[in-house]
Amino acid sequence: MSLDTSLVAVRRSRYGWMSAAAVLVSAAAAVPIGFILWIAAKIGWSTTVGLIVRPRVGELLINTVLVVSLTVPLSGALALTLAWLTERTNLPGARIWSWLAVAPLTVPAFVHGYAWTTLFPSMHGLAAAVLISTLAYSPFLYLPIAAALRRLDPALEDIAASLGQTRSGIFRRVVLPQLRIALGGGGLLVGLHLLAEYGLFVFIRFDTFTTAIIDQYKSTYNGPAANMLGGVLIVCCLVLLALDSRIRGNRRFARLGPGAARGAPRHDLGRMRAAALLLCGALVAAGLGVPLLTLGHWLVAGGVAAWRFEEIGPALGETLLLSALGAVATTIAAIPMAWLSVRAPNKFQRVLEGCNYMAGALPGVVIALALVTITVGLPIYQSLITLLLAYVLLYLPRAMLSLRTSIAQAPVELEQAAASLGRSPRRALWATTIRLAAPGAASGMALVALGIMTELPATQMLAPNGTHTLATGFWSYSGEIDYAAAAPYALFMILFSMPLTCLLYAQSRRLSGR
Amino acid sequence: MKSPLSIVVAIAATAIASLVPAMAQNADATITVYNAQHSSLTKAWIAAFTKTTGIKVIQRDGEDDEFSNQLVQEGDKSPADVLLTENSPAMVVVDNAKLFMPLSSDIRSQLPEAIRPSSGRWVPIAARSTVFAYNKTKLAADKLPKSIMDLALPEWKGRWGASPAGPDFQAIVSAMIELKGSAATSDWLKAMKANAVIYRGNGAVLKAINAGQIDGGIIYHYYWFGDQAKTGENSKNTELHYFRNRDPGAFVSLSGGGILASSKHKKEAETFLKWLTGKGGQEILRTGTSFEYAVGNGETSNPKLVPLDELAAPTVDPSKLNSKEVIDLMTEAGLL
Repeated sequence: MSLDTSLVAVRRSRYGWMSAAAVLVSAAAAVPIGFILWIAAKIGWSTTVGLIVRPRVGELLINTVLVVSLTVPLSGALALTLAWLTERTNLPGARIWSWLAVAPLTVPAFVHGYAWTTLFPSMHGLAAAVLISTLAYSPFLYLPIAAALRRLDPALEDIAASLGQTRSGIFRRVVLPQLRIALGGGGLLVGLHLLAEYGLFVFIRFDTFTTAIIDQYKSTYNGPAANMLGGVLIVCCLVLLALDSRIRGNRRFARLGPGAARGAPRHDLGRMRAAALLLCGALVAAGLGVPLLTLGHWLVAGGVAAWRFEEIGPALGETLLLSALGAVATTIAAIPMAWLSVRAPNKFQRVLEGCNYMAGALPGVVIALALVTITVGLPIYQSLITLLLAYVLLYLPRAMLSLRTSIAQAPVELEQAAASLGRSPRRALWATTIRLAAPGAASGMALVALGIMTELPATQMLAPNGTHTLATGFWSYSGEIDYAAAAPYALFMILFSMPLTCLLYAQSRRLSGR
Repeated sequence: MKSPLSIVVAIAATAIASLVPAMAQNADATITVYNAQHSSLTKAWIAAFTKTTGIKVIQRDGEDDEFSNQLVQEGDKSPADVLLTENSPAMVVVDNAKLFMPLSSDIRSQLPEAIRPSSGRWVPIAARSTVFAYNKTKLAADKLPKSIMDLALPEWKGRWGASPAGPDFQAIVSAMIELKGSAATSDWLKAMKANAVIYRGNGAVLKAINAGQIDGGIIYHYYWFGDQAKTGENSKNTELHYFRNRDPGAFVSLSGGGILASSKHKKEAETFLKWLTGKGGQEILRTGTSFEYAVGNGETSNPKLVPLDELAAPTVDPSKLNSKEVIDLMTEAGLL
């Protein structure tokens, strides 16, 4: 067999089964949206409008829009300042500050809420929501911005300087535009997290669509009012996705033959040094100090009695098991689409990919609500399979984005060479691309596992009978205002998030080549 | 030859498949309880029950109306054997859907006739009283509301709180509908939307009263006693006011237990419910940390509590409580 015909054979067979797998995954991802539309059709137009157009929905909409539109820019500004300080200035201990800037990711948002309301019991409403979510979620923006800053070619800035631009002019006209993708992507991630956030907002008594949907769920199981609120929430997610694609724009940011960029010089902070250190110190104190100190306080107050090992032990095991299984399942489900988007991008594939992102943008409660209603009466009802399916739908984009980057860096020629040496298509793929994509898959798995470990609504609604995770245990005790008994659960969630966060941090530095 | 990728997929699939039964509820002589009661109370019940009888119990935690509506959807395919709730309205929903099996007289006879629902398909397992908890330093005893209905007055704007998304408060509203009618209740709920500070959970309401953020709030009695017995950290500045006078605010809510007609372990489920309403289960109410009222024949409650018969509670037929109307009125008032 000649090289040419073997290549064609490889292509044909592989596109076939990869496409089939990708279509299957995307169809599953489109289920929750289709489900809400189906419910709307079932209850009729006038009931639907009655449930959507009412003052309560207006209140929720105002709250939701305000918290997103205040927190995202604030987190962006904060992350940008921190990233600039740690990557491009001579800030003392920049490397350590950079670790500390990511560290709040190890603390689940609802534990941030638990900590702040312990310190200031009267904290509530929009201001509290913006403050705490900024602290909890700005690392999601810091990571891509810092990575992008490290990758920037300083030659562009030198050219701007030689053309007479001031330092602030260079930042505004050369650096900032190159950070657009990082700012847009990170901002989208923070915005979607805010739409889906439940635990944190319960602690500080701030109502959004997600909290209202869960209130309805608890009062009516899966009544039409809950599903219609879910419909409005989906529209909010779509608006965010559209905004992100507008921010990205079509401008080109890569250079032909980038060559080997030298490291960017670090600016001298001069007299600002003390102020910069103070800012970093204050942020670490608020984002890390507050949760760790309050947790310490409750652990001491609770003493030995709070350590109910006969409960904590199984919860620990089940959490780790669910996180691991969910991470593996999600990554496997992401392979076909990630591979196709790199190796055979076309219009159809982009539509499919869009489906996956949309499902990932939906809050856990919407996906869980759809799966509960669809699976009730089926053998997979309240089984591990349904729960894993929910996790896959929720976290698919996280796994896919990481995988796609790595697959793009694996040369297709290797795969072809392996095929020409007589490997079957699947073995060729395994021997070359999949192995080279392993680091990306690992960081994707870390992101997914991190999400599952602290996931609450979908786990509560879909888990098999008798399942208890660290997050549900924490939630159950803090709901009974037994903050001391909840503390060990929070501690374990933080401890297990640490290695995953380290992995993400290391991966983001590796990808940017430093 | 299989590719390594498909081997990985196969291994993952086998691992998942092998774990499904491990995490599910198929073992023999194991019953599944849909538990809307406080998780810690049911845990204590189950621990003592399993120790006595050797029957294993799987506990799934949720909320009253979540489970009642869930059971209606699951129908005869439900994996649940027993439903335990905090309040009666959710029991009524399941009962009306004909999903409970009739209970034998040796279970029913363990409870006073006066509080047994007429259908005979579920029984009360515990009781809780509505109270107005207030901050001692912010509210003098002579300024207390005389009736729960007074909280609709403009003078109470911003001064009281509740947890309307919870089944506890919704049970109180269902009693109000029974006692005062739909129109009056609807007006009261609209006034509540304007006046009340909204929390999630009775514990959070108590905490806010204690911190002086609000003067008082509608909760159930045992949150206060439970906190006093622990550290008092969330209740040391507060006191309880019982409305009495057959007021809707003096409503005593019955927690219910029933066995699903679709249960595949009816014998074990009956043993469980009989134990729960008998000496063993009721003793845990008296001596444990739940501070809910015992309801079994001749069973006394924790001596720290105001005895049930001194509460002058209104008489409400538990099987008439309508949770659907409660949700509709509360959604209409913008509380949900």
